Amino acid sequence: MGQPSHEAGGEGRRERLVVGWFSFTCCEDSTILLTEMLNDHLEGWLRVVEFRHMKSLKTNNSLEGLDVAFVEGAISSDSQAAEARKIRESAEHVVAVGACACTGKPSTSRNQFEDEQIDERIRWYLEHFDYGVNVVPLDEVIRVDDMVRGCPMKAQAFLQTLEKYLKLYEVA
Amino acid sequence: MAARNIVIETISKIEGNAGLEVVVEGEAVKDLRFKITDYRRFLTVAARGKRMNAVPSFLSRICGTCSVAHLFASLMAIENSQGIEVTEQTKALRRLAYDGLMIRDHALHLYFFVLPDVLGVDSIFDIPDDPDAPGHALLRDSFDIKRLGTDISNATVGAAIHAPYPTVGGFLKPPDHAKFPELLGRLEAVRPQVLRGIEAFLEWDASLVRNSDYLCLRNEERFDFLDGDVTDSNGERISEERFKEYLQYVQIPHSHAEGYRFSGTEEDYLVGALARLNLNHDVLHPRTRADAADAVSVFPSDNVYHNNLAQAIEILQCVDDAIDILNDLRVSEEKPARPDPRARMGASLIEAPRGLLYHSATVSAEGIVEGYDVVVPTAQNQINIENDLRYHFEQNLDKDDESLRLDAEGIIRAYDPCMSCATNFLKMEMTRR
Repeated sequence: MGQPSHEAGGEGRRERLVVGWFSFTCCEDSTILLTEMLNDHLEGWLRVVEFRHMKSLKTNNSLEGLDVAFVEGAISSDSQAAEARKIRESAEHVVAVGACACTGKPSTSRNQFEDEQIDERIRWYLEHFDYGVNVVPLDEVIRVDDMVRGCPMKAQAFLQTLEKYLKLYEVA
Repeated sequence: MAARNIVIETISKIEGNAGLEVVVEGEAVKDLRFKITDYRRFLTVAARGKRMNAVPSFLSRICGTCSVAHLFASLMAIENSQGIEVTEQTKALRRLAYDGLMIRDHALHLYFFVLPDVLGVDSIFDIPDDPDAPGHALLRDSFDIKRLGTDISNATVGAAIHAPYPTVGGFLKPPDHAKFPELLGRLEAVRPQVLRGIEAFLEWDASLVRNSDYLCLRNEERFDFLDGDVTDSNGERISEERFKEYLQYVQIPHSHAEGYRFSGTEEDYLVGALARLNLNHDVLHPRTRADAADAVSVFPSDNVYHNNLAQAIEILQCVDDAIDILNDLRVSEEKPARPDPRARMGASLIEAPRGLLYHSATVSAEGIVEGYDVVVPTAQNQINIENDLRYHFEQNLDKDDESLRLDAEGIIRAYDPCMSCATNFLKMEMTRR
């Protein structure tokens, strides 16, 4: 990982790290764990982090000028892939969060389905909406700078990754 | 009248992906589509071919926030298929863990998703760190309440999300009962904070009243999420065997999730805390009934926003129930019951935080799962949500678009929907012609 770009997000030094949090195909357990971590960290984080995009907790969201995008979930369709690419373009760094984003599993289960497992009801959904042929982990669609693994993500690993970016951007 | 298109990119503070499209022509709602847009993962199909003991943990991945509900429903379905009767200790520990789940899950919805609506702010991030600021005390209360729910789960089943201790027939590992005395103290200490939350949601005057039918579990002995018979608003009891035929599966062209309505009348119905309080308020814990009497007296109610108040009351119910369990529980070492597998189908019906949850498993003589089915609460509520929204729009077309958008968000949020079980966005498109 290189030094923060001065073009996308302005000066390398920040008063607050600008963060986005996104979810694709998964059970969103890492989002839930994050809301639990807010019990202990909300006040401290708000001093050093601006949550600019976090649909789980905010109505007014923006993709502009993200320093770090944390992305949970696997990619199930072309439209999700396009959305992921948009996030990649908007953020200087992208961190895959949780098992589905990092490995695809267990959301990739349907990749292994045999024809006889796909009954009429499943086929209707696959054909009626824009399901991709396969479900894939995030790094098969966009470049990923870091991974926070676990199902849900390991809380300590998330804290270490956040700390790493706070230092990188010289947030006090 | 000139055509008017309104697109709202993001309505958040719900769990999962959903969309809303509204077309208004003149003074009438021409079309309204509530769309669940989460991509399906077909985990119940993927469960086929797995050993039955591995399936509950796998299916807890259906949902991040109520993973314990899916875990327990799956355990109970498989146990029923195998004729396994778990011990009283296992039942008590599951009840305790479930109290922890409800406390944390309801508090997340009420304080992190709905409270900003009550305060008129965008998010919890906008509540100033000032003890005199509106919402400051409630938000701090929520940290203690949520943390307590999580710690109950951690001590009892090993984790609040994808718990590792429970297994078919009992527990792989005993609970950390050394933590029980401390939890007991914290449960008593948190009651005033929970009551402050109930008061806040009682005072909130948001309202949408529409005739609805309700469906939930009922236990004549006590307010119970895991043990009881399904009952409807008319008092009719529906057995597990009849449950699937009592409901009519509806494929909704604009939604990734199926809907359900009553097969006899083809009418919509509502599941969740509002249904539970409407049909079970008489069996709430005596302390809950006494200390939250004003709030409890609101029920039965047909105001969908009272699902929030019902959840707030259920937090107190779970606190009081957990206190009773911890006062009585003496944990002894037990091994999980593991008879030889038998070929059989088994089902379970429990109350997830958002309403009735059905699991059924067909197991082979070798202990392999050959078929699996799940009916989740939000799928059951989907048609009711759409009809509530249609009703509200029809009654309020004189309102400006921004007000209608905010109302729609509030109505949907009141249901605490769980699309793929956490949060993404709801995109609303409204066309006026």
